[in-house]
Amino acid sequence: MSGFTISRRTMLAGSAMLLASTAMPTSGWAQTPKKGGRLVLAADSEPRNLNPAIVASNGVFFISSKIVETLAEASFDGKDGLVPRLALSWEGAADGLSVTFKLRDGVKWHDGKPFTSADVAFSALQIWKPLQNLGRTVFKDLASVDTPDDLTAVFKFAKPTPFQLIRNALPALSSVVPKHIYEVGKIEDNPANNAPIGTGPFKFGEYKAGQYYRLAKNTDYWSKDEPYLDEIIYQVLPDRTSAASALEAEEIQLAAFSAVPLADLDRISKVPGLKVISKGYEGLTYQLVVEINHRRKELADVKVRQAIAHAIDKDFVVKTVFLGYAATATGPVPKNDPQFYTADVPTYAFDVAKANALLDEAGYKKGADGNRFSLKLLPAPYFNETKQFGDYLRQALAAIGIDAQLVNNDSAAHIKAVYTDHAFDLAVGPPVFRGDPAISTTILVQSGIPDGVPFSNQGGYKNDALDALIAKASETLDTTARTDLYKEFQKEVATDLPLINVAEWSFISVARDTVGNIANNPRWAVSNWADTYLAG
Amino acid sequence: MTLTLLRRRLVGSIFVLLTVVIGTFLLLEAAPGDAVDAYIVSTGGDAGMIELLRHRWGLDQSELTRLANYLWALLHLDLGQSVTFSRPIRDVILERLPNTLLLMVSATALSFGLGSALGIYAGARPGSFRDRFLSIGSLALYAVPGFWLGLVLIVVFAVDLRWLPIGGIETLASDKTGLDRAADIAIHLVLPVSALGFIYLALYLRMMRAGMAEVWRLDFVLAARAKGLSRRRIVLAHVARNALLPLVTMLGLQSAQMLGGSVVIESVFSVPGLGRLAQEAVAARDTPLLLGIILTSAVLVIFINLAVDIAYVFLDPRVGASEADA
Repeated sequence: MSGFTISRRTMLAGSAMLLASTAMPTSGWAQTPKKGGRLVLAADSEPRNLNPAIVASNGVFFISSKIVETLAEASFDGKDGLVPRLALSWEGAADGLSVTFKLRDGVKWHDGKPFTSADVAFSALQIWKPLQNLGRTVFKDLASVDTPDDLTAVFKFAKPTPFQLIRNALPALSSVVPKHIYEVGKIEDNPANNAPIGTGPFKFGEYKAGQYYRLAKNTDYWSKDEPYLDEIIYQVLPDRTSAASALEAEEIQLAAFSAVPLADLDRISKVPGLKVISKGYEGLTYQLVVEINHRRKELADVKVRQAIAHAIDKDFVVKTVFLGYAATATGPVPKNDPQFYTADVPTYAFDVAKANALLDEAGYKKGADGNRFSLKLLPAPYFNETKQFGDYLRQALAAIGIDAQLVNNDSAAHIKAVYTDHAFDLAVGPPVFRGDPAISTTILVQSGIPDGVPFSNQGGYKNDALDALIAKASETLDTTARTDLYKEFQKEVATDLPLINVAEWSFISVARDTVGNIANNPRWAVSNWADTYLAG
Repeated sequence: MTLTLLRRRLVGSIFVLLTVVIGTFLLLEAAPGDAVDAYIVSTGGDAGMIELLRHRWGLDQSELTRLANYLWALLHLDLGQSVTFSRPIRDVILERLPNTLLLMVSATALSFGLGSALGIYAGARPGSFRDRFLSIGSLALYAVPGFWLGLVLIVVFAVDLRWLPIGGIETLASDKTGLDRAADIAIHLVLPVSALGFIYLALYLRMMRAGMAEVWRLDFVLAARAKGLSRRRIVLAHVARNALLPLVTMLGLQSAQMLGGSVVIESVFSVPGLGRLAQEAVAARDTPLLLGIILTSAVLVIFINLAVDIAYVFLDPRVGASEADA
């Protein structure tokens, strides 16, 4: 791992030099990225829509972030964790009613037409706000986008909107698509949704359903000398064991998004020529959460929820379920978030005796069979780890006299059972933290959300103080004050336990040693890979 | 005689197809969650977006309306639009059908050809060492789960020895054409065809062997021997030929099972075929796509069995006569 850090630092120094002087000879670098080559990697799913402006999800970004670019990208050391992409700068007005973007000059769409502020205005107003899964929330108050000139876009909001939120949303929510392609016909039916046209370092080549996606180098990319690769091929490998075998057989050079199961990592890390990398996903943190149905009278009692929190050995979960590739959680914001995380919250140490005492206190004595009451437990099937944690939780609950019956569903059935039918007592879910609690985190505990909204509070939880805190933060413009409110929010959630945060994890990449510039930003797998190269 | 059989079979097939379509539709409707539920797993979304999607995909209509619409479109030979691929289902299926057919036909040829050949070899000397060895060996293969056999073949021949590709139907984005491409596809098919074919090999082997053992006892074998025919000729021309008949019937029945087995094999070997597509359609709750696949498979199985029946009429005239009388 230390070898990795050095190469990352070298790389960063390299790009800083490049910014300082374009005439800098490249031979001065420790490792010169090589030009050319075809990168073949594993893809485990085939998204039905490849337009990241409509579908802001990791599955779509994984492929289309190389083709369609955002206004800004996440960065380990840029200001506010961002580096410019299509926008060079972004400035929020003090009244929270406007944000001004200065755009990059000389950028061309893959069909040769120039990129202008009109494209940004069109994407924001016609796609992000009305159609995008996440943009519908974040940009709900966007009223208009002024374009005083081709390189300036001014977002006007109907209600004061925190600039911090807009800024944090840029890497995932601001994919810009060409107006001239999308202004004809219905946006959802546009053929470009399946063969995207963007400004990125790679052009969409072809898609063979069930086999592969091919992206080809954009020779007219705005960042001269980039990209390094000639081609990227995403090989569709639906079977869980395929990626590891394909890496070993040297048929693919990279498997991202934990395509190689955790259990295989130890073995595969010993294969000569392969490296296991756990960096490059810091901006895509998943949270292992016990969702609670507060309609059950036992679970409506905070003492019972505290008892359950005390019954879970988080360290054991990290060690056994995640084989160490995770961190224990303290609350609804992950520890690796640089802006909002606070450790100053009530914690629940693993303590079975205390958990039993709390349950006795709450009035749920053990019956003759050793059980206090029974629960229905629904682990989400999307990850191996959520299923395995379900098995663990069942045993942990048995130790405190709660009899949990596991109900295993496939994805569609799980979503329906938990978020529409509320047919659960406890569920294990993997919500995503997206860089700002207002994007997809507060919704997990907020009341008044209609039935059927996935990854939201469908447990019937209502806490007026918490709702007031969330409402206040959503209209607080000052960054420090807003951050403090979210620290308050973490404390309140950890105190009242509307849900129990157990662990935080992200993905693992396995690559051949020849693949260079891997994991050099916090959203690497879903970034544009302009600087990724193949050595040797 | 054959025409009567054909007509009767085709009329019966329409009812079979209708039952299959309605049954599958109801089964999939009974599964909790719809296509939108399956879709939002990877995207999330608010109530407005979900309502919009349900409306766009026609899921806000009642089950009966959707079934009626589907059947009406089917009458016009329209399989509809896939919600997961946003493409006409006919195109999606036609793209994958050749791969599955290739896999099935090759695997059937392997299991039938090698199975009956080994069956003849074993049955020529019933009770001998080679008979016992082949019977037990093939039974052991039959007991092995398909995915496991597939994984073992991958580890040995693709990862360790690197003789054969790990999966897929052809080399990715290779621009090969003509014979080069055919050879490329053939190389890619070796492992999946072996995995699928070896499992069913035992069935043919044992049937052939059992059939031969029975025929050996018949009078005409004695007559052949008395005529002074060579043992080789007796085995091949008289015993094996008569024992082959039940295997042909098995071939038709087996085609349906092969389709089922291809689901697993296609996933393990990343072959873009119908079986894998069906699995994905179920997970995505893409009802019209699954109906399209099942309909295609049903038509396929019906035609194979029809072909087997017709072949039977020619192989054994007694069958045709009894069918016509009934």
